[in-house]
Amino acid sequence: MDFATSAFSFLYQFGDAFAFLVIASAGLAVIFGMMGVINLAHGEFIMCGAYVTVWAARAGAPLPLAIFVGALVAGAVGMLLERVVIRRLYHRPLDSIVATWGVSLIATQGVLILLGSTMQGVGTPLGSVAIGAFSYSVYRLVLMAAAIGLLLALYLLFYRTRYGVIARATIEAPGTARALGVDTARVYSLTFGLGAFLAGLCGGLYAPTMTMVPTMGATFIVESFVTVVVGGADIFLGAAPAAAILAAIRASLTAWQGQLFGQIGLLVAVIVVIRVLPGGLSGVLRRVRR
Amino acid sequence: MTVFDKPTLAEAAPVARRSRTAIWLARLEGPQTMGRGPRFWAAVAVAVVTAAAYPLFVDGWTVGNAAYFLVWTFMAMGLGVVWGYGGALSFGQTAFFGVAGYAYGVLTINFGAAYGFTLFAAVLSVAIGALLAAVIGYFMFYGRIQGVFVGIVTLSVTLVLSTFMAQTAGPEWAIGAARLNGFNGMSGMPPLTIPWLGGDIALFADRPLYYLLLALVVLTYLGLRMLLNAPFGNVLVAIRENPQRAEMLGYDVRLYQVLAFTLGGGLAGLSGVLYTAWGQYITPSSMGLTAAALPIVWVAVGGRMDITATLLGTLLVLSVFQALTIYGSQYALVAMGALLLLTVLLTPDGVVAAAMRRVGRAFAGRRRR
Repeated sequence: MDFATSAFSFLYQFGDAFAFLVIASAGLAVIFGMMGVINLAHGEFIMCGAYVTVWAARAGAPLPLAIFVGALVAGAVGMLLERVVIRRLYHRPLDSIVATWGVSLIATQGVLILLGSTMQGVGTPLGSVAIGAFSYSVYRLVLMAAAIGLLLALYLLFYRTRYGVIARATIEAPGTARALGVDTARVYSLTFGLGAFLAGLCGGLYAPTMTMVPTMGATFIVESFVTVVVGGADIFLGAAPAAAILAAIRASLTAWQGQLFGQIGLLVAVIVVIRVLPGGLSGVLRRVRR
Repeated sequence: MTVFDKPTLAEAAPVARRSRTAIWLARLEGPQTMGRGPRFWAAVAVAVVTAAAYPLFVDGWTVGNAAYFLVWTFMAMGLGVVWGYGGALSFGQTAFFGVAGYAYGVLTINFGAAYGFTLFAAVLSVAIGALLAAVIGYFMFYGRIQGVFVGIVTLSVTLVLSTFMAQTAGPEWAIGAARLNGFNGMSGMPPLTIPWLGGDIALFADRPLYYLLLALVVLTYLGLRMLLNAPFGNVLVAIRENPQRAEMLGYDVRLYQVLAFTLGGGLAGLSGVLYTAWGQYITPSSMGLTAAALPIVWVAVGGRMDITATLLGTLLVLSVFQALTIYGSQYALVAMGALLLLTVLLTPDGVVAAAMRRVGRAFAGRRRR
């Protein structure tokens, strides 16, 4: 095996981990990073998106459309949840942990009762490509592109649209925004819905690569929290570089010691980052930029 | 003087010099705990006598099951102190639970149960749990980590431990004679054994263990009541209400938080040791995500800002949950989630705490008339 193929193999591992962290944490970065709500039901929004995607795909919809439908349904569920539960808990962040964990229990077990312990998935599309001694799944390369595209789209949404300006203003100074005539309750509701939509998108994108079980959300939740906490409040200055750093840590630890150590490395990283950089990476980057 | 006929705070106040014991006993009642006066203590006495008489009417298996409920109350009361009184939501009490449980297993498997060693191992394991909590607490609170980030750090710690223990399946992972056994967990450690003339008494999950646990629960409960009404508890509540103000008044907020966290870790460790001794096994999943969330459920549903509510709520939730599991296992978790959600939305202070307040008000109203 020559140097180029092993370098590409590592790059692929890194890109795969990076895409996973970015896509899994985007929704949480909006809900936790921006709104400050700890949403333990994040994994269940992902599960919701994945299930709807598979259902739509098996009903005959082309996969991209199915993924979009999955994300939309998750977003709608998110807005409903915000209206019924989360809205009452904005000033009680610790209680929102308990409440969203309750929601997550109901969702996981409810899906288990209604749809059974497993559901037939859709196969991973697009086949694979051989480079050197190994073959790589093309769909995973698509996911890497999707992660970059997602970051770009979010940037445009938050910095180039009217909603983006209003949302950032509401998060930054709710009182002032309200005084200027912004319907902040609606902005919170939309932003929570956006976070749920992104979680559903994650579920849809990863649905073809995973086994469809009601507890599949748990696969994502630890990684997404780690990314958001390491990143800090800002998605672009925080979550994206955090995902890159964590992906490097994870890819190298996994290659060296196996998957469990990759996960342990991530968790240790988050503990150290909270202690050393309480504002996350985005706090540091912002200070440097100033 | 017993706890039943001691003077209330108001009655005792004019006496200029009181013995240290009298001061601590007076702290059984106070501003930080609900329940005062002869009626309350009569209710406590009735509850303890009922609990003590309970094994006379049921079979050994049921008693062992009741002992299982009691095992968890220590971790819950510890979380009540850290979260309810101190205001720091720890999501990782199970880390100390697991570490102490594993420590008990490693110690007793290696050194056996003779000469009362299991009791020494239990104390040592609880100390190890408390020490780990002190280290993590120092790391967090002296680093000024606050709010939800305490939850995330503690959750990360317990998940690291659980993930690490899950991969210790191979024979190279052993401490002395004790194999860690990866995901399947460690088993085969002796139960708590009391050395006695004419043969040791091994406390299997039956009546003797139940009485030991009941005694420990009562002692811990009364001890915590005294501690929480002592200056320590008052400062802790002041920190919960307003850390800046507490600091301006000259209290080292960090020190008090670390002390409370260590106490909570020690109590979680006590639960871990007793759990391991009760069932003679411990697995990594006892430190996993689901296990880590359970103490929060008990404490939140019962009422986190009062130690009595925490204790009763834990026992209530555990028995309701078990009943649900027996009668409709797959709906148990849905009901659990709904219970949590409704508690947070309707009675944010906890179901048991709200009920106790209502009962207290009814009694107070009658007295006034």
